[in-house]
Amino acid sequence: MSDTSHGTGGLPFDKTKRSWPSELNVLLALIIIIVIFEILGQVLPYMNNQSFLFDTQDRFDSLFNEARLKIIILQVAIIGIIALGVSQVIITGGIDLSSGPLVAATAMIAMSFGQTELVNGFANPKALFGPWAMDLPVLIPIVIGLTFGALIGAINGTFVAYFRIPPFIATLGMFLICRGIALWWSSGNPISFPTAQFQAIGSGMMPVFWFLSLAVIFHIIMRYTVYGKHTYAIGSNEEAARMSGINVKRHKIMVYMIAAMLAAFAGIVLSAKASTAQAGMGEFYELFAIAMAVIGGISLSGGRGSIIGTVLGAMVLGVIRSGFTYIKLDGSYQLMAMGGIIIAAVILDQFRQRNKA
Amino acid sequence: MSDDIVLKTVDLTKHYGGVHALEGANFELRKGEHVAIMGDNGAGKSTFVRQITGVEQRTRGKIIFDGKEVSFAGPIEARESGIETVFQTLALADHLDVPDNLFLGREKTKWDWLGPFRFLDYKAMRQDTLAALEKTGVKIPNIHNTIEKMSGGQRQCVAIARTASFHSKLTIMDEPTAALGVQETQQVENIIRQLKAQGEPLILVSHNMRQVFDLADRIVVFRRGRICANLDIKSGAYTGEDVVSYITGAKTGAEYEGAA
Repeated sequence: MSDTSHGTGGLPFDKTKRSWPSELNVLLALIIIIVIFEILGQVLPYMNNQSFLFDTQDRFDSLFNEARLKIIILQVAIIGIIALGVSQVIITGGIDLSSGPLVAATAMIAMSFGQTELVNGFANPKALFGPWAMDLPVLIPIVIGLTFGALIGAINGTFVAYFRIPPFIATLGMFLICRGIALWWSSGNPISFPTAQFQAIGSGMMPVFWFLSLAVIFHIIMRYTVYGKHTYAIGSNEEAARMSGINVKRHKIMVYMIAAMLAAFAGIVLSAKASTAQAGMGEFYELFAIAMAVIGGISLSGGRGSIIGTVLGAMVLGVIRSGFTYIKLDGSYQLMAMGGIIIAAVILDQFRQRNKA
Repeated sequence: MSDDIVLKTVDLTKHYGGVHALEGANFELRKGEHVAIMGDNGAGKSTFVRQITGVEQRTRGKIIFDGKEVSFAGPIEARESGIETVFQTLALADHLDVPDNLFLGREKTKWDWLGPFRFLDYKAMRQDTLAALEKTGVKIPNIHNTIEKMSGGQRQCVAIARTASFHSKLTIMDEPTAALGVQETQQVENIIRQLKAQGEPLILVSHNMRQVFDLADRIVVFRRGRICANLDIKSGAYTGEDVVSYITGAKTGAEYEGAA
């Protein structure tokens, strides 16, 4: 970078040269991890030459092991929805720790308006409210859940933007408050037996459908709209954004609201998938969502990263989780490996930034 | 002739507690004129700029801009009424590219009914960026490079191209070449000459005597919070040595004798 002989200095320029998008690094990492599991499948004596992702059994006529692929993405879909929102918060230079408990609180609140009155001809044993709240159209619990999420997000954003409380602290407080709300809502009792409509939100591959649809929508929003540009600008140089006339405070509130609404929606999908809502749901979801974003190349110092990266980061976590099950190592190793990968991702990010400075 | 005046300050004063950073500054800038502000560190140059651009609120005095008395609540308001400023600390977003930075906060958009989610008109912004760079004579080989990959000179050029690319009534540059190398400084000076040729008025805060004599029509010298000289250097009556003696306090302009 010391070559200043080119006119005004800086990098020697080549118009045709495109910079290497960081998403490709994540994709590369994903492929390497898959290859490692494939090799382990061949090498480990107890694996009987099974393939990790490819179909090697004669009775199915397909290239890939579709069942495994489905499980991989289904496992990360709900946390992935949260990660789409948390990514935007991190891009502004913030963080959102409240999403896991918000999932639980929203699941409880939405489910209590999505219950069915009769279960096999008997009154719903888990009914929270009277008959007036039973068998409501599915739109009602969804709207109530999303409104609750928006409210929590607005509070997060207000504390961060107007009261200048560090996002870590503001959302840590909200983390506890939301877990408290989840417990308080039904005095700790699970809420179960939703209507068929409500269940349909999370049945089968629906969580994957929501995750991928929302990913496409937010990819477009972050890349091609004013909202996205301002989100990056704030994370890149908040002072410059303010001087340029961007209403930084209002924008931050909007970002935290969108993140919380995505987490709330994840809570609705999760409770629909499980057909029950419990106050302990969504444990560690906020951390896994942040991990997906960070592994996907979203810089914790703000301004850098993309939704595509976050989706790839989600896939990395999904593949690792599935891969450890595949080579028959239990959950404790999974956690250790994921921890290592998160740290590696952050080190890589810092290395990248030092190189550019 | 008074409608010729772009900016006029009357008794402009700023106190920070007991510190009189700026005291009774009477200043005028005419259409198309390039005025340099010089003075030692702490003489009140930047304080003066900060009062005009609304970064700080003055203690006393009047600012008349474009024929109206103004009182800007902040730099954004000043910019909206036509004062573009290149600050010493560059207000650029490092992770964004040149068009993004040029249009930050005033993007060209389409489908505006989408509100905050209206789409960016990248194509129009790219074309306007190329036009703006052409107009200011800035050479940036690849406008899609992010700012963090650029040299100090290129960054400064982007910042200046940004102020120059919007139709502003007054441009203010606070030491635009202080951190730049020789070639980079030249490029910035070329931009300033372009502005002069286009008849755009400019206030240039600078320590660089050669630069000021090259570019400015007039030098206003600040000393200890007060204006102590107003020198029409195009007449050739003043040399760098004269200016230095005003800056150091060895001399004081006749009309300012009483004040300083």
